[in-house]
Amino acid sequence: MKQLRVSAIENGTVIDHIPPTRVFKIAEILAATESTDEVLIGTNLKSKKFGSKGVVKLSNIFLTEPAIHKIALLAAGATAITIKNYEVENKYTIKIPDTVVDIVRCFNPNCITNHEQSITKFAVVSQKPLKLHCHYCEKIMNEQQIEFRT
Amino acid sequence: MSLAGKSLISISDYTKSDWLNILKKAKQFEKKQPGNILAGKVVASLFFEPSTRTRLSFESAVQKLGGSVIGFDQAGSSSTSKGESLKDTIRTVSNYADLIVIRHPLEGSARLASEYATVPVVNAGDGSNQHPTQTLLDLYSIQKTQRSLNNLTITFVGDLKYGRTMHSTLQAMSQFKSSFLLVSAPELVIPESLRRELEESTSSYKELADLGAALPQSDIVYMTRIQKERFADPIEYEQVKNRYVLRANMVSGTKPNLKVLHPLPRNNEIDEDVDQDKKAYYFEQALNGVYTRQAIVASILGVNP
Repeated sequence: MKQLRVSAIENGTVIDHIPPTRVFKIAEILAATESTDEVLIGTNLKSKKFGSKGVVKLSNIFLTEPAIHKIALLAAGATAITIKNYEVENKYTIKIPDTVVDIVRCFNPNCITNHEQSITKFAVVSQKPLKLHCHYCEKIMNEQQIEFRT
Repeated sequence: MSLAGKSLISISDYTKSDWLNILKKAKQFEKKQPGNILAGKVVASLFFEPSTRTRLSFESAVQKLGGSVIGFDQAGSSSTSKGESLKDTIRTVSNYADLIVIRHPLEGSARLASEYATVPVVNAGDGSNQHPTQTLLDLYSIQKTQRSLNNLTITFVGDLKYGRTMHSTLQAMSQFKSSFLLVSAPELVIPESLRRELEESTSSYKELADLGAALPQSDIVYMTRIQKERFADPIEYEQVKNRYVLRANMVSGTKPNLKVLHPLPRNNEIDEDVDQDKKAYYFEQALNGVYTRQAIVASILGVNP
């Protein structure tokens, strides 16, 4: 069978083991769609461990802490690999943090953070199913209600 | 631990032993008003939405102890009407007062205020979220009438879904091995998060549709108002608003120690014929608000009775 050759990246980030339904969302979060450098997005790839998976390879893009937290909320358990000079510099599993600061919008329209310029802050009260407790209005939101701040 | 300088935003900001210390202090204030122990202290009372009992009882509490009160009783008379942010109002008022009491229609506003204030903040109600001083006065009323907070059967009736006072009082009382009887229409049962908390607590709860079945077992009946503003559909409100009405004939034959509580204001959920019964306690409960708020303000300002 003919296989597509995917070139290795010199510097950048690979995110592997992404659930296929989340691949494009993650690419969007990392501004991959605006990048002028090489970007490779693969989805519905065969995986021994997960059945099927997605992969995102980004040249010259490195993960910041807020980006890691966003990915964690969408695809906990994904693998992040940092590449420098074609070498793996760092490889780790992306885990859901205990608190999520200033990346998620509160789902409660009556929460002060939707009316005043303010940070948002949530405690992760359950990882599976994912539940976030707003530090301000004290409401609990579930995974379907999570929306990122722009 | 001393509460001096410590804001009170949620009932869980203070420990059970802090609550009990406040109740002890409230009892001292009820026994004897100590005079002008708050002389020279200024409390800012910032009410961005209307309130009768909470605002007046806070102001009365402070003035009876010789402190002064500054502030406003509606957002329209503050710079909010000129577009000032809550943060800026709070930063400014912090310069003028030793303590800020805030009531605001948005949830989380008191917590945000406490992060920008340079003086302690007391939450006097933030939207449908928290009303911790009401909870403490409820605890005081329960302790005073039952002589203990432990092992009581407490029936909550009415809006168990949206009622903020009911939520935090239920949370607090769940730490005292209570048996809760929760009486509500199916549309107004307690939220999932509170249910989980109850399941993890040392208290037990039972959900009932029949108030008559709950009354004979109860030590406390805590009635709540069905809040019209919470219903998007007026027909739904009409269907539930008079579902549970407590009348004098229902109170007779209950336990002799039973007391009926209500955070007030009431609509139709307690018939006025109950008012004459010695088991009706809601107006005394409102008076207890003065002693409890004196205890809270004095504790936070580090002043002893």
